Amino acid sequence: MATSLHLSLAASAPASALRSSSAFFGNAGSLSRPSVVLGIGRRNANLVVEAKIREIFMPALSSTMTEGKIVTWNKTEGEKLTKGESVVVVESDKADMDVETFYDGFLAKIVIGEGETAPVGAAIGLLAETEEEIAEAKSKGAAQAAPAAPKPSAVEEKAVAPPAPTAAPAVAAVQVAPEPTAPEEPRSSRIVATPYAKKLAKQYSVDLATIAGSGPSGRIVAEDVEAAAGKTPVPAAAPVPSVAQPSAAVAAAPSAAPTPAAALAPAGSVAFTSMQAGVARNMVDSMSVPVFRVGYTITTDALDALYKKIKSKGVTMTALLAKAAALALAKHPVVNACCKDGKSFTYNEDINIAVAVAMDGGLLTPVLKNADKVDIYSLSRSWKDLVDKARAKQLSPAEYNSGTFVLSNLGMFGVDRFDAILPPGMGAIMAVGASVPTVVATGNGLFGVKNRMTVNVTADHRIIYGGDLAVFLQTFAAIIEDPTELTM
Amino acid sequence: MEAIAVSRGLVGASRLQSFFADTSSSSSSSCVPALISYAGLKKNVCFSASKPACELGAVVAASRGAVVKGNRGLRVEAAATNGSPQSFDYDVVIIGAGVGGHGAALHAVERGLKTAIVEGDVVGGTCVNRGCVPSKALLAVSGRMRELHDEHHLKSLGIQVAAAEYDRQAVADHANNLATKIRGNLTNSMKALGVDILTGIGSVVAPQVVKYGRIGFADKTITACNIIIATGSVPFVPPGIEIDGKTVFTSDHALKLEWIPDWIAIVGSGYIGLEFSDVYTALGSEVTFIEALDGLMPGFDPEIGKLAQRILINPRKIDYHVGVLAKKITPAKDGKPVLIELVDTKTKEPKETLEVDAALIATGRAPFTKGLGLENVNVVTQRGFVPVDERMQVLDGEGNKVPNLYCIGDANGKMMLAHAASAQGISVIEQIAGRDNVLNHNSVPAACFTHPEISMVGLTEPQARALAEKEGFKVSVAKTSFKANTKALAENEGDGLAKMIYRPDTGEILGVHILGLHAADLIHEASNAIAMGNTIKDIKFAVHAHPTLSEVLDELFKSAHLEDHAVVSEKAAEPVAV
Repeated sequence: MATSLHLSLAASAPASALRSSSAFFGNAGSLSRPSVVLGIGRRNANLVVEAKIREIFMPALSSTMTEGKIVTWNKTEGEKLTKGESVVVVESDKADMDVETFYDGFLAKIVIGEGETAPVGAAIGLLAETEEEIAEAKSKGAAQAAPAAPKPSAVEEKAVAPPAPTAAPAVAAVQVAPEPTAPEEPRSSRIVATPYAKKLAKQYSVDLATIAGSGPSGRIVAEDVEAAAGKTPVPAAAPVPSVAQPSAAVAAAPSAAPTPAAALAPAGSVAFTSMQAGVARNMVDSMSVPVFRVGYTITTDALDALYKKIKSKGVTMTALLAKAAALALAKHPVVNACCKDGKSFTYNEDINIAVAVAMDGGLLTPVLKNADKVDIYSLSRSWKDLVDKARAKQLSPAEYNSGTFVLSNLGMFGVDRFDAILPPGMGAIMAVGASVPTVVATGNGLFGVKNRMTVNVTADHRIIYGGDLAVFLQTFAAIIEDPTELTM
Repeated sequence: MEAIAVSRGLVGASRLQSFFADTSSSSSSSCVPALISYAGLKKNVCFSASKPACELGAVVAASRGAVVKGNRGLRVEAAATNGSPQSFDYDVVIIGAGVGGHGAALHAVERGLKTAIVEGDVVGGTCVNRGCVPSKALLAVSGRMRELHDEHHLKSLGIQVAAAEYDRQAVADHANNLATKIRGNLTNSMKALGVDILTGIGSVVAPQVVKYGRIGFADKTITACNIIIATGSVPFVPPGIEIDGKTVFTSDHALKLEWIPDWIAIVGSGYIGLEFSDVYTALGSEVTFIEALDGLMPGFDPEIGKLAQRILINPRKIDYHVGVLAKKITPAKDGKPVLIELVDTKTKEPKETLEVDAALIATGRAPFTKGLGLENVNVVTQRGFVPVDERMQVLDGEGNKVPNLYCIGDANGKMMLAHAASAQGISVIEQIAGRDNVLNHNSVPAACFTHPEISMVGLTEPQARALAEKEGFKVSVAKTSFKANTKALAENEGDGLAKMIYRPDTGEILGVHILGLHAADLIHEASNAIAMGNTIKDIKFAVHAHPTLSEVLDELFKSAHLEDHAVVSEKAAEPVAV
């Protein structure tokens, strides 16, 4: 799994974008060698006039090495590098090695973060020759590599995040954060923060200066940083997105789309906007369809772990869930069908997953087309584009009405289960609850704690029967519980 | 008794003899010339300054007139034999019953020497009561807590465990019980062999005379042919640091584990600090290291230190300040936290002030040699350490050997490790028994019991390279990884490295450093090789059971590249038929 995953990453971050060839310098692998020299792609000599941005490649530390894991970046982004300095520590199948740079310059961007793996030859970072080029390198890196810190809308991040403590989204996404303070440095501003709080602040790119400490003598403790980073659902704190609750209207609460915290509640009667009118019409129409519901509780530990591993590559939880649903639908086409005339099945050729997203004063259902066929990275990118477009109200009809199956996720609010209304013209809609740590009896007669989430599918019983939904959910659960397939 | 007395010094009979010595009439401690102070004779009779004055085992105690001296039933032989003018209460008196003194005492008995050990506190000394032993109990707990909390690791082994918790008092009790038990073992082992354990604070009042006493009791004086100082050390607390034993404390208090602070600063990142960081982080504390030198873990081989930082520091809830001194540490009081004022080590410029819940001072240990009466034998301590030569014989103010006086262990500062003290003690007893012996300190291993453990023996790579430059030989380095070891992988503990520094021309092992699972147990193959003078050429053919962690060293020896001529020259050294 890992291998294929990284191969696709390599493909998505081609050297060509930076016009660099993949020449390597020094890939000696013997254990007795103290260090190796970083493989850095060199640009063509005839292009030297332009800014020099080099890719740092995963070096081959031994003849058998196919991929390497980044143990530590000894340098942070923006830091100056001197020829011969150790920049990054790479773990191969045999040992950890310090990798040195062959060039002077600046570490412009870290493409592969600590703890992640990349195949030999893949770009793991970008090296800018001058300080001015750092920004350029960053933007290039960001554009091509679906990088760790996009600047996603709050909606998108919120909308995909299950609040499972381990796998919650990188709220690191708080813009391109200011340089995290090194542990040794905060002396001037006199910030008292515990070692772990500092670590977390660096990890989540939270500026400690902006946090009020809740520990003894006002010190900043780990919980404060987590709260500031939105890692723990602190009630009434800032993290309520300014875009109302996503997909709520699709759920059983069509009436309210209560907008942001304590927003002005307009007095008297306010007419529907056209979008709201459309929602209202659809909801009434849905009453004519005989629906039933089947729920299923799924262990998400493996999914959470996978998400944690690949989220820095821009993969979102929404994309993962959509992909899982699509793969399950491929095996159960009837759940992907719909009943148009009350007399026949209409099987859909493509599997297009519509995902409910809250918009200002309403909701939209951008569609991830061919979600069963498109790979998870591309799917994540399409999702990001769709959300951007939706926010800018630039979705084309085909991008929101071509869905064959709907996904609605309220898990990020801590909702553990809910009931979605089946929009007319669809066969089934899946309501995804939060993944929460749950004490379960494991097969061997022991207790264990597992993250579990409940999904609830509402379907049109004219075409989809209980048995159909049951086996569909069984397949879906199997995919979530062993998510290897999702990255293939 | 006759037969027994005759057999003095013979190993075979010595134990038997010592039993009798304890239970019935005395055995002779005949020494050639010396002095018994209580007899009121003039001093300085002792001759032969460089050799032990007592020729043990050579004297046959022909006639005897056992005299009971003192109120403790101490038996002394008064009459001399074969013209020897005096005899002593004991062949050997050891001041300090720590691990060093204990090791020396046991070996002394084995060599047939009549032995007493003077202890003013508790038997076992620092190691057993306030050091290695209780800390191992805490580390055993921390290791398990770490494992049980490492969900990822457990899951990869297929184990599921609900949240593990600990009971602080029970953990503390475990450490305390262990110390008590080991102390009992030590005491019993000495008693059983007939070592007299004399309670009181001992001091040297004159050559070959030791005084000991407890507060409220009259001092007693005994004579000894040889005196071994083994008084050990106490935690060193730099000036400016106020110890209150509650929020600012040393390892002595920390081992009692009276509480687990949320945030503890550890001043010093050597063995002690590192082990405590392992304990505290496993039990839920966050740790801030304060290190005066420019890098953490000074003294370790740099490469091992770097890897240790990657494994033991960076992933844990630990941060650090290096190149700074804790100039002033004020204990918590009146609701205020512990305040630590940091200054730059070199410039002494004030840096930041830390506010933490507790501070552990682990800045090393200072020799415990005050009140030893060394001035009575013209010995001047250096920063508290008793100066000794390579045979642990004490040197006086002029650098001359003080006859019949030895100092072992932390008090001489040569190598502040419990087992080094014991080894030095054994070496001293060998000399007293007439066999010259010099301990090769390069063969004494050291270990740090973090998870995973770190161990080392001999020189670090920079030390070896410096020596090589000076003496003009070549140095090579071989390394193997725990990742390549089957047993380590089976345990899912592939983190770690073994590194050997050696001479490619002769195959001599200069140093071995290990970081990884059970490193502390693995080092002995290397330390024994160094002690025995085995070269890589010999040892690489030794067989190791598969699959075991010991194969990490097997691989290490086998991966060494020896120069061909090394082998050739050895062959050429043999006679060649022409």
